[in-house]
Amino acid sequence: MFDWGFTLALVTNGVLIGLMYSLIALGFVLVYKATDAINFAQGEFVMLAGFIITGMLLLAGAPFWLSVPVAVLGMVAFGFGLERVVLRPLIGRPIIAVIMATIGLATVLRGAAPLFFGAETQALPLPIPDEPIVLGPFSLPPGQVVGALLSLGFLAAFSWFFLKSRMGVAMRAVADNQQVAMAMGINVERYFAIAWGMAGIVAALGGLAWGALLGVDVHLALVGLKVFPVVILGGLDSVLGAIVGGLIVGIVENLAAGYLDPLVGGGTKDFAPYVLMILMLMIRPYGIFGKRRIERV
Amino acid sequence: MLALNNIEVVYDGVILVLKGVSIEVPDGRITTLLGGNGAGKTTTLKAISGILRAERGEVCKGSIQFDGERIDGLAPHDIVKRGIVQVFEGRRVFEHLTVEENLVAGGHSVVDLRGVRQGIDLVYTYFPVLKERRSQQSGYLSGGEQQMLAIGRGLMSRPKLVMLDEPSLGLAPMLTEEIFRIVRQLVEKERIAVLLVEQNAALALELADHGYVIETGRIVLEGSAASLAQNSDVKEFYLGLNEVGSRKSYRDTKRYRRRKRWLS
Repeated sequence: MFDWGFTLALVTNGVLIGLMYSLIALGFVLVYKATDAINFAQGEFVMLAGFIITGMLLLAGAPFWLSVPVAVLGMVAFGFGLERVVLRPLIGRPIIAVIMATIGLATVLRGAAPLFFGAETQALPLPIPDEPIVLGPFSLPPGQVVGALLSLGFLAAFSWFFLKSRMGVAMRAVADNQQVAMAMGINVERYFAIAWGMAGIVAALGGLAWGALLGVDVHLALVGLKVFPVVILGGLDSVLGAIVGGLIVGIVENLAAGYLDPLVGGGTKDFAPYVLMILMLMIRPYGIFGKRRIERV
Repeated sequence: MLALNNIEVVYDGVILVLKGVSIEVPDGRITTLLGGNGAGKTTTLKAISGILRAERGEVCKGSIQFDGERIDGLAPHDIVKRGIVQVFEGRRVFEHLTVEENLVAGGHSVVDLRGVRQGIDLVYTYFPVLKERRSQQSGYLSGGEQQMLAIGRGLMSRPKLVMLDEPSLGLAPMLTEEIFRIVRQLVEKERIAVLLVEQNAALALELADHGYVIETGRIVLEGSAASLAQNSDVKEFYLGLNEVGSRKSYRDTKRYRRRKRWLS
């Protein structure tokens, strides 16, 4: 007998988790859109943000309302600094150089963070009640609802930014053709910095949402790995794609955990999204909303 | 007025591309720079617009002055602010942006939104077809429309000097004529100066007031467009005509090479 209630619960949870994936994927998309660079350290950004928040809360004893803005500002500064010190010298080099730099950075962050923040898992309690929010047939965990709402808010804000604001249009122009953008009077380097700064903001909120869910330790960086199926499904350079890709990954993951895991003894949850990713690469390598290469004939 | 004083350009620190180029581009006039492939035309434009540095090239000798101020060494966006804009060869529109977004991006250096609006209206009056296509993705425009968009986008920063790199490239002769006619209007009505780089010497000399001929990084000839068009070397090497005015035969290639060596 098919259990509708069970499926519904899995899907709802998948939607909430999926939106939280979207939030992290958004940081990745922002950087890719503007600079054409693939940031393999997005998960480590999230981890670092989580550490800053718990560090403020536990080590410095700061209140919650102060810790989060500090983390956001800290991550923006980190994004700017990273662009200036590591990535700007690589402008004009092959894209593989940038990729290697971000992979190296990811390893450094994972290795160095415990030195400053300690190795044990720290809880990141959100200042909201713990009881599930019950809406009709749905019973929603409040932490994930907050994460999903944050995610939706920022996704909407960034969509508006790219489509309607002059800065957003300039950023897309930079992504489209750096040299021409430069010739049109757009300060390309400044837009690179802005993109990394925005990735920092998104990572800070991701660190808050995911840190609250999983606790903060080095393993928090692993959520970054889920970014790849999300962005490949949705399209590397599409904000809307980040949402849709996130939702697909979240739902598939939960359905796999609910239906496949009992059959094979567990573990399908972790790789099911990657199976989808590989299928997607075969059928539509630029993703559902990714920009296609334009060829005129 | 733009003045290049004996500039030398080096790529990667070793490859000397321009070997002492001096040109002047007076306000409100069309000046053309003629030359074959690899002569250094585009490099000259990139030296002026400051794009050179992003390609690891640099102006290592001489100076570039615009309205009496030295501009070599400035960043490209500062040069655009001072009123010089380069329209690249091969159109190069922002393919994934709509026509209007391309224009908005072109007006990036204009601070107030009203200025951008006015710029867009100005571009639409000169290129009405762009208005019809305003919300289309520009990668799907025809070649002629893309060239119009590239020029229009260049106008968005309200430049005093527009540098056009091979606007006729890959376009049907009728379209080229149409675009050149509009360029002429822009110069006359908007008081814009144009530095036109062309391989199509006949067209360029017809449009321009003054011209330079560049070969292997050196200016080899200079004069008013009319006098250049009458110059027997230009006629022979760039207009493809011999002394009598008939088409040149392939048999004369040898003589062409010999004379060309003398020229450079």
